[in-house]
Amino acid sequence: MSNTELAQSVDSKSPIESFYDVMRRQGISRRSFIKYCSLTATALGLGPAFVGKIAYAMENKPRIPVLWLHGLECTCCSESFIRSAHPLAKDVILSMISLDYDDTIMAAAGQQAEAIIDETIEKYDGNFILAVEGNTPLNQDGMSCIIAGKPFHHQIERVAKHCKAIISWGSCASWGCVQAARPNPTQATPTHKLITDKPIIKVPGCPPIAEVMTGVITYMVTFDKMPTLDRQGRPKMFYSQRIHDKCYRRPHFDAGQFVEEFDDENAKKGYCLYKVGCKGPTTYNACSTIRWNEGTSFPIQAGHGCIGCSEDGFWDKGSFYDRLTDVHGFGVEADADEIGLAVAGATGVAIAVHAAASALKSAKNNHDNNIGE
Amino acid sequence: MSTKKMSSAIGDLDSSGIESTIEAVYVYEAPVRLWHWVNAGAITVLALTGYFIGSPLPSMSGEASDFYVMGYIRFFHFVAAYVFAIGMIGRIYWAFVGNGHAKQLFVPPLLKKSWWREVWHEARWYAFLEKEPNKYVGHNPLASLFMFLMFVVGSIFMIFTGFALYAEGQGTDSWWYDAFAGWLIPLFGQSQDVHTWHHLGMWFILTFVIIHIYAAIREDVMSRQSLVSTMISGWRTWKDDRR
Repeated sequence: MSNTELAQSVDSKSPIESFYDVMRRQGISRRSFIKYCSLTATALGLGPAFVGKIAYAMENKPRIPVLWLHGLECTCCSESFIRSAHPLAKDVILSMISLDYDDTIMAAAGQQAEAIIDETIEKYDGNFILAVEGNTPLNQDGMSCIIAGKPFHHQIERVAKHCKAIISWGSCASWGCVQAARPNPTQATPTHKLITDKPIIKVPGCPPIAEVMTGVITYMVTFDKMPTLDRQGRPKMFYSQRIHDKCYRRPHFDAGQFVEEFDDENAKKGYCLYKVGCKGPTTYNACSTIRWNEGTSFPIQAGHGCIGCSEDGFWDKGSFYDRLTDVHGFGVEADADEIGLAVAGATGVAIAVHAAASALKSAKNNHDNNIGE
Repeated sequence: MSTKKMSSAIGDLDSSGIESTIEAVYVYEAPVRLWHWVNAGAITVLALTGYFIGSPLPSMSGEASDFYVMGYIRFFHFVAAYVFAIGMIGRIYWAFVGNGHAKQLFVPPLLKKSWWREVWHEARWYAFLEKEPNKYVGHNPLASLFMFLMFVVGSIFMIFTGFALYAEGQGTDSWWYDAFAGWLIPLFGQSQDVHTWHHLGMWFILTFVIIHIYAAIREDVMSRQSLVSTMISGWRTWKDDRR
């Protein structure tokens, strides 16, 4: 069933179908539906009492229409999203939400596709979710990203005005990512700096983990509210811990066992990658718990340090293999230790000179005093 | 120090207030002295362990369960950090209840013109351009400015950035996180920036320590008042009886 057909089916049946209706229509039995509800409750860490609530919500709540816009981006978020295993992206797209517009994966194209945006705004004004992948270039009148013949910021500003809430997919929409790295020639702007009057959920990562993306959507349609966010707008359930906090190599860190170089014996033994620049201690994400590709692995498990892709401005914090940022503005780039040593060393030298001068002066004074006496 | 007497000039930090007949003034009360030396120890532990957290010792080999090297280094860093922070709170409290000199560390009279003239005078003394320094019961104005800018500001910076980093380990639901990390980390950019600045702060404090120790010893030798012994006994003595 294509998205256009989906949109039409929503169109023809008023009021909007519930999740349950859609699932039944897809041939899912009542029994399977209840199983799905209990699995979802387990996945979200809820007790058995919530199964009934979830079932009730699924039977009675209308599916949320979602418009998924693509700005200046590489589509890695979509690539990640469609690989979600729990729940399957298919289930999210077809049963949980009504993904009315997503130019990358929808069947419709051209004016037919763009018409869906108008339709959704008209029918569900203030009641749909805007998902943004990528960000908005503002320089050169926004000419660096053209959607359907117009700058992207026209589209996003218009849709944002009518939406209920916004999901910023990935580091691009959340922070700016590579296209906003210094000197940011296109003035690529993350969503929250462009749209300031709507609730925004940031799901950073380059890309974000598939299960995190679908997990956020599952939470929103199940409970009909935003997940709890931290002060920077990230869902706490996925971004409240650092990679380091739940890393399976953490015992090696605490023991003081480190990989000194990538090809040494310790690397083979799977010691901690802290000394070769792992950014796990400064990165908030769920890679070390949820992992990637159906929980198969994640960078540290594959033997490479975390590069901190879900952190603000991760392209501008120096090398991927430095845990401290080089400080610019000293003419040369220098790390904290080089600067510190230089300052402390210069102070030491200055003190030595000063002490010598002081001693000379003392000696001279004594000499003068002796002559005076 | 046979004729110790409490000076009527206590609390008056200008050089002009010192009567030439007074031989000793009780400047640093016991809690201030105790704090000073505990603090010196805490900073030493903090700088050492902090450096090894940033650049760990050579890797241990063997079973991970046999070692807890980074664990202990971090533990001592956190213990010393608490000693340092609680000491600072205690010291601020003492600024309110202690004698007049106890306040001097925190409130250099930055808006007083005559004070700046004396800062200049002391700077010239250090540059060998004045024959003689003034006499001061507490810190001399240049020292006072230096202590405030490097030690007080530096320490508060280190306490806030340090507890923000500590809060990260305690978790986002902890009160430490709400108190320090939640607002401070976005202010700096991200966690890595806070790490970088906290690390630079260590060198800043270390530079302070170097200058502080040198200046104290040099003043002890060359100025007209006691320095090092004052932080041990609490009494300031003078080497001459001129004004």
